[in-house]
Amino acid sequence: MSNIDERLLEIRQDFPVLNRLVYGKPLVYLDNAATTQKPKCVISAISDYYLNYNSNIHRGVHRLSQEATDEYEKSRKIIKEFINANNTNEIIFTRGTTEGINLVAHSFVRPRLSKGDEILITYMEHHSNIVPWQIVCEETGAKLVVAPINDAGELIFEEFEKLLTERVKFVSVVYVSNSLGTINPIEEIIKKAHSKGIPVLIDAAQSIQHMKIDVRRLDCDFLAFSGHKIYGPTGIGVLYGKDEHLDKMRPYQGGGDMIKSVSFVRTIYNDLPYKFEAGTPNIEGAIGLGKAIEYVNQIGFDFIIEHENQLLEYAQEKLSEIDGLKIIGTASRKASVVSFVLENVHPHDVGTMLDVDGVAVRTGHHCTEPIMRRFGVPATTRASFAFYNTKQEIDILANSIQKVIKMFS
Amino acid sequence: MEELKELYQQVILDHNKNPRNFGELPTCNRHAEGHNPLCGDQIEVFILVDEDTGKIEDVRFKGAGCAISKASASIMTTLLKGKTIEEARKLFEQFHKVVTSDPSSNTDVINLGKLAVFCGVREFPARVKCASLAWHTMLNALDNHTTTKVSTEQL
Repeated sequence: MSNIDERLLEIRQDFPVLNRLVYGKPLVYLDNAATTQKPKCVISAISDYYLNYNSNIHRGVHRLSQEATDEYEKSRKIIKEFINANNTNEIIFTRGTTEGINLVAHSFVRPRLSKGDEILITYMEHHSNIVPWQIVCEETGAKLVVAPINDAGELIFEEFEKLLTERVKFVSVVYVSNSLGTINPIEEIIKKAHSKGIPVLIDAAQSIQHMKIDVRRLDCDFLAFSGHKIYGPTGIGVLYGKDEHLDKMRPYQGGGDMIKSVSFVRTIYNDLPYKFEAGTPNIEGAIGLGKAIEYVNQIGFDFIIEHENQLLEYAQEKLSEIDGLKIIGTASRKASVVSFVLENVHPHDVGTMLDVDGVAVRTGHHCTEPIMRRFGVPATTRASFAFYNTKQEIDILANSIQKVIKMFS
Repeated sequence: MEELKELYQQVILDHNKNPRNFGELPTCNRHAEGHNPLCGDQIEVFILVDEDTGKIEDVRFKGAGCAISKASASIMTTLLKGKTIEEARKLFEQFHKVVTSDPSSNTDVINLGKLAVFCGVREFPARVKCASLAWHTMLNALDNHTTTKVSTEQL
C-alpha cells in the first residue's frame, strides 16, 4: 500500500458518514462541490458547544457567555490566519457565499452606482453571483456586463480586458467554476481591474477547499466563501473585505449587536466586524467552521492539492474512455470537478441509476443556467471530489455509468 | 436492483426511445406549457377537444426531459385519446395517487391498467416531479382555453 493510500484510510476514518451503506452498497460520495462531509472533530465541536457552554455571545457577563464569545472569536482568528487577512476586523461571519455577495452588492456597490455604470462578471458565474448584481442594476439603471468563455470553459481574457472600460465600477468573479471546474486567472483579473482603479470581489465558494488562498497576496477587495464547502457546517460563511472598504460601508442589516448605542433620534453603529453582524449569529456554525479549518490545516494543502489533482486526472482519463460520454469543461487549469453528459441519456436518469449503486453525484444545471445554454445541454451530471475520495470510488463511478449506458442502449 | 428495474421497466424505456404522439398539433383548442425549473424539463401539451361531445379527439406533446418525464407524457397521450374531459381528470387523480402513495401500501395493480408502470416512481421521491410534469400540464390545458404555463414549483 502506498503512503497516500495509508493516509487516505486514516482520513476516511475521520468522516463517519463515509462508512454508511446506500441501498446496501458502500456510499461513494462524489457530490462535494454541493457540500462536503464533516469530520468528527467538527461534529464534536458543535455538540460540545450545546452540551457544555451554549449561551449568547457579546452580551452576558456570565461564564458561559464568555466561553461562547471566546470560541466564536477564536474562529474568526483562525479564519483570519487561514486566508492571511490583515486583521480580524476584516472577517465578517455571514450565512454563506450568497449572503456575502449580497452584502457587498447592497452596502458597497449600490451606493456607488449611477445610470450607465457597469458591473462586470463572467459567463461562468453561479446564479448567486449574477442575481444580486441584476437586483442592484435594476435599482440604479446600471448594466450587468458578462465576459465570454471559450469552448473549453475558460474565460477569454482579451474579451474581459476589452469589457473593462471606465464605465465598469465593480468586478465580481468566480475563482473556480462550480459546474465546469475551471480555475480562473484570478491574479491577472485583479491586477487588470486594479490598474483601472476598479475593486474586485472573488467568489471563493469552490476554491477555498481546494487551494491556499492568501487575500493579501491576491490583493482582492472582497472574498466570499461558505463554511459547508470546506468541511464545516451549513448556514455559516465568511466575507473578507479590506477594512478600508468595510469601514466606509453602510450596514447591511440593522439590529442587535451591530450598534454601539441606540436612541430614537440617533443610532451609532458598532465597530468592525460587528457592524455587519446584526442579530444573534450562527454561533455553533462559526465554532464548527473554525474547527473545520483547523482540520484542513492539519491535512495540509500539499496533500489536498496532490491527491485531488490525481483524482481529477484519473477521473477524466477513466470517463473519457467511455463511449458516448462527453466531458463539459476541459479547461487547462481545473479543480477536481468533472461535469459530463451521455448521449441519449438525460442526467436525471443517470443520477437516479448511479444512486442505487451508492454513488452520489449532482445532476441538473448546478445553478449555472447560462453555462448550460452556452454548451447547449439542459443539464449535466457532475462528479466532484474531495481529499477523502479514492481512485477505487472513481472505478465504481465508471462501472456504474457503463451500466446506465447499457440499460438505455 | 428491483426498484430501479421497476422504475425503468421496458415500457418506460420504450416510450422514452419512441415517444408516441410526439410533435405539435396545429388544430388543437387546448394548450399549455410545463416547466420544471429544477432540472430544466420543458413540455408542451396540445389537446383537441370535440366541443359537442366533450371528448378528447387528439392529443400531442413536445419537449425535452429525462426518460421518466418523456415516457410519462407519451403514455399519458395514449391513455387520453377518446376520453371525455371528466374521464381525463379522473385519470389524473388515479395517476397522482399511483406516484405519490406510500410504496409499502398495497396498490391494486390490476385495476390500474397501464398506469401500473408508474408504480416504480414512488420509490424515488426525487423523481415524482419528472413523472408528473406532463400530467399537470395536461390538466392546466384542459382548465384553460388559452395558452398557459405551469411550473412544478407552483404545484
